[in-house]
Amino acid sequence: MASTTIAAPATTAVSTNAAPTMLPPATGSINVFAAASLTASFTEIAAAFERANPGAKVTLNFAGSSTLVTQINNGAPADVFASADTANMERLVTSKLIRTTPVIFTKNKPMIVVPKGNPLRVKGLADLGRPEVFVALGAVGVPVGDYSRQILAKAGITVTPKSLESSVTAIVSKAALKEIDAGIVYVTDVAIDDYRVDGIAIPDELNVTATYPIATLAASRNPTAAAAFVAYTQSSATQSILAKYKFLTLK
Amino acid sequence: MSNRGATRSRTRQSTRAPALVVVGAAVGAAVFIVPLVAMAVRAPWVHSWAIVTEPSIRTALRLSLECSLSATAISFVLGVPLAWVQARVDFPGRTLLRAITTLPVVLPPVVGGLALLLALGKNGIIGRYLFDWFSIRLPFSTMGTIIAEAFVSMPFLVLSMEGAFAGADQRYEEAAATLGASRSAILFRVTLPALRPALIASGVLCWARALGEFGATITFAGNFPGTTQTAPLAVYQAFETDPEAAIILSLLLIAVSLVVLVTLRHRLVTRA
Repeated sequence: MASTTIAAPATTAVSTNAAPTMLPPATGSINVFAAASLTASFTEIAAAFERANPGAKVTLNFAGSSTLVTQINNGAPADVFASADTANMERLVTSKLIRTTPVIFTKNKPMIVVPKGNPLRVKGLADLGRPEVFVALGAVGVPVGDYSRQILAKAGITVTPKSLESSVTAIVSKAALKEIDAGIVYVTDVAIDDYRVDGIAIPDELNVTATYPIATLAASRNPTAAAAFVAYTQSSATQSILAKYKFLTLK
Repeated sequence: MSNRGATRSRTRQSTRAPALVVVGAAVGAAVFIVPLVAMAVRAPWVHSWAIVTEPSIRTALRLSLECSLSATAISFVLGVPLAWVQARVDFPGRTLLRAITTLPVVLPPVVGGLALLLALGKNGIIGRYLFDWFSIRLPFSTMGTIIAEAFVSMPFLVLSMEGAFAGADQRYEEAAATLGASRSAILFRVTLPALRPALIASGVLCWARALGEFGATITFAGNFPGTTQTAPLAVYQAFETDPEAAIILSLLLIAVSLVVLVTLRHRLVTRA
């Protein structure tokens, strides 16, 4: 079936972006550094990419976007970087470590996370200011932390968190272990872990939209496969996987 | 007894090392020296005073000092009796107990932090009663930081004090006993005073380890300026936002550890 001469994988043929549809199949290995909130979805997307490009091998590294930027700034062997905000991507653009202009591939919504059953009956943002409610937020520079501070500022609520975490997944784990009473994470994190945490929506007028850019890196040893992966995130195959995890897909 | 004296006899003259040994030793030493030099070279020395006196850094240093001294105090109160029992009392399971109380020396501290969370967390097997009965919540508190530091550093004190108790000359204690001294009088007036150098050395080692604690602290106590963010956690966070501050703070921690080891290493190595 799959001939080696005409080999555009069927899945990439219907891309919403017109440009890179007829790339040859990617080969070789690439390291994809992705925001912690992409852990489940990118694991599935990388597997789909490998199926569509049998010669390609994707190795994933998940952490808070700011941690990944620090790793890349210090020479970590990354080919692709997917960030949970534009600010962290911009830091790499400024230090000229990005090969191609970043493209947005998905969006997300922050949400309040509480342990399953919501023992302290947190109903909204105002409850995060209650002194008996132990709150964990992302640290400064960690996308979900910066989004949280924007939201709380808009809502005019002062929160004294008990801990500043280096990634969104660390906040979810602490809520799942019932060690914190509330935190701010993404809708997608609550959806994945809905058997151990509950989510409380933030009203649209107070909420912000998390924007996820992706780019190939200047130091990539395999820029062709890296570009193919970035193009693949725009494909309908990727977009339907992201939608399954409750990400906001591109229009 | 005489055999023991013979092995202790000093044959400490300087010898000429074979070439292969010199090469291995030089590369081995470089492994430790090069990173220190790199840090010193890259350090923003001109800004160092401004960085150290920055409120956020000062807060982290003060918290580190308070927590590490408290952890050392806890380690003395609990660790010295533990070392005495492990050294002097023969009971079934002693070997296993020795292994368990030494475990944090080799365990990844993050594993220790997770174990503490499952034991003393709000939902932990003991922590849930602390919370239900006394409203005590250890994670994300300064007390949690102290416990995490004590968990990781106490084994160093236990290890070296156990060696000291085992190696101490018991004839003085026997003499005191024949003169009618009670067991606790012997401990406090004969045994411990004779081991004062070992107590100081193991206490300082324990304190230095507590000062450097990171993994168990961030896992069990979280990370918040002023309550749980000690100097090593501040280094970790500054590395992402303010690398220059991370380097200066690291050098400060290195300097403290170096002073401790230069002063005490001789004692620690020969005592153990």
